[in-house]
Amino acid sequence: MTPTFTSVADSLGHFGQFGGRFVPETLIPALDELSEKYEAAQNEPEFQAELDYLLREYVGRATPLYYAEKMTAELGGPKIYIKREDLAHTGAHKINNTIGQILLAKRMGKPRIIAETGAGQHGVATATVCARFGYQCCVYMGAEDVQRQALNVFRMKLLGAEVRPVESGTRTLKDATNEALRDWVTNVRDTHYIIGSVVGPHPFPTMVRDFQSVIGREARAQILEKEGRLPDAVIACVGGGSNAMGIFYPFAGDANVRLIGVEAAGDGVDTKRHAATLTAGRPGVLHGAAQYLLQDEHGQIAEAHSISAGLDYPGVGPEHSYFKEQGRAEYVSITDAEALDAFGWVARCEGLIPALEPSHAFAHLRKTAAREMTPDQIVIVNLSGRGDKDVDAVARRLEMLAG
Amino acid sequence: MSRIASQFARLRDRQEKALVAFVTAGDPFPEDTADIVVTLAEAGADIIELGIPFSDPLADGPTIQASSQRALDAGMTPPKVLEIVRQVRARSDVPLVLMGAWNPILQYGRERFAEDATSAGVDGTIMTDLTPEEAGEWKRVSAAAGLDTIFLLAPTSTPERMALVGKLASGFVYCVSRTGVTGARNEVPADLPALVEQIRVRAESPVCVGFGISRPEHVEAVCRYADGAVVGSALVDLLHRERENQQLLSAARDYLATLKAATGGRN
Repeated sequence: MTPTFTSVADSLGHFGQFGGRFVPETLIPALDELSEKYEAAQNEPEFQAELDYLLREYVGRATPLYYAEKMTAELGGPKIYIKREDLAHTGAHKINNTIGQILLAKRMGKPRIIAETGAGQHGVATATVCARFGYQCCVYMGAEDVQRQALNVFRMKLLGAEVRPVESGTRTLKDATNEALRDWVTNVRDTHYIIGSVVGPHPFPTMVRDFQSVIGREARAQILEKEGRLPDAVIACVGGGSNAMGIFYPFAGDANVRLIGVEAAGDGVDTKRHAATLTAGRPGVLHGAAQYLLQDEHGQIAEAHSISAGLDYPGVGPEHSYFKEQGRAEYVSITDAEALDAFGWVARCEGLIPALEPSHAFAHLRKTAAREMTPDQIVIVNLSGRGDKDVDAVARRLEMLAG
Repeated sequence: MSRIASQFARLRDRQEKALVAFVTAGDPFPEDTADIVVTLAEAGADIIELGIPFSDPLADGPTIQASSQRALDAGMTPPKVLEIVRQVRARSDVPLVLMGAWNPILQYGRERFAEDATSAGVDGTIMTDLTPEEAGEWKRVSAAAGLDTIFLLAPTSTPERMALVGKLASGFVYCVSRTGVTGARNEVPADLPALVEQIRVRAESPVCVGFGISRPEHVEAVCRYADGAVVGSALVDLLHRERENQQLLSAARDYLATLKAATGGRN
């Protein structure tokens, strides 16, 4: 069957009006080299074999597509399947990408790795592959996130990485990304920057999407095997958007599969405290790419807010921006309070403690998607990571609410 | 001929090199920027770069990051930057270049900004994250409005990129002296003369060197092989340190004069 929708970046990395390369000139040769090495690797059977081997034996793929029977019964709507990225090594989908990029760093002969991290999951996944492959690793993390995600900071250090708290700006993921890019401009000759989401200058959005698409390829094959048909909807949370693009992309050509991205509404999209970029932002340029942004009338980047450090970002991947513009995916939002509520609900209902990020996806499932759907329909929710990292922060928040 | 091109022609006649001075619009105080720019021009700055502050400046080190943030906190916006330009232009013929990130210009509207900037008296722009690949439309509207478009080259640039930028740039080519962000350094890199030479043979416009230039001896070294030197962070730092000093303008004038003296010209 011919796909009804395709999304392929042009040679300069544009998805329609989004994407591209908006970076200091110093980085262009490194981006060219990365594009070349990545393209070459895709045609190299040894690269694919090594990647497949590591994803299977080290990461533990394929992750299950789990039928959430109890949740299905409780909501009384569609049959709910959960893609268990929480079972991937390090506890989240992020490692799918870091494994791929460390193999590229090896091919480029760059001995030093840097990364940015919000919730710390990407930082942990980067520190992990650096330990495994013997690379020096430096992770930039907003000072506020260092506080919010103490467990992951400790894990990174345990894995031998240096964690550099970033005190500038809003002290969150945006500022960590700025600092990582500045480090890269300075040390580009011997350093590879493992960007953690489908953001940044070309080729990162395409490359990270490809590495994360293993989620959607597996889910598509698994649902066909279990149900003999495609799902009616796929739901995933969107910050930068890598877990969502990873599960969406292999379904993008299937016109009858609704793709639903759930952004963080923080205190509400009608307040100033949210991170719902696609819902409430407008196109602009940040961190090397054209994309939807939260910004003021003069193009200054606005402060994002979410209880979830991984979604607390004022930008979003250029390909999501394109999916929105083309109407291929729907983007909705869920508040902090709704996500917190879903965090506990999923734990009690299925015995799965989700990270706060995918708690947004589950909140939308319960609040809206399940009600719009019927028992003969099927939905897949991407459980992008486990919630252990969030337990302390949630406990504090609940105590605060309880007074 | 553009104001920038005329300036380089004049400097060539006098066998001098260009001293390019960068200040952030709105820092230390928005109401002082026009006076500062005029003072720097009188003290010998041949071209002034006026920074349009941005919340997330990727190419800048701590000094200009902090300066941008102060300017934003003081309410600086692109329309207000253009207002400062109008004030300067009423008092001085110094070539003025706006430097900053692309997003504020994009949000203002490319065509409208090029027109408004030109009519305010701007002569050129340096968009630090607008690569030649993304600059087609901007180049077109700038040329139509009569604005020079200055592009950057770096130590990592390949000969092919040097040729591409050398062709595309007008006004001058901004050679970044080292891999990294803006900020004062102790020394000028040893491989800089070779880099400038490589760019020079491929560029139609003059080549000015910036990033890390803060002392007269840096300026003197750079001006031996380049067409000009750009001083930014050190000046921004001085203006910030002396912001409460009644003698701010004369402190800036003295510093600038020592730098200008190192370009091989008037003392």
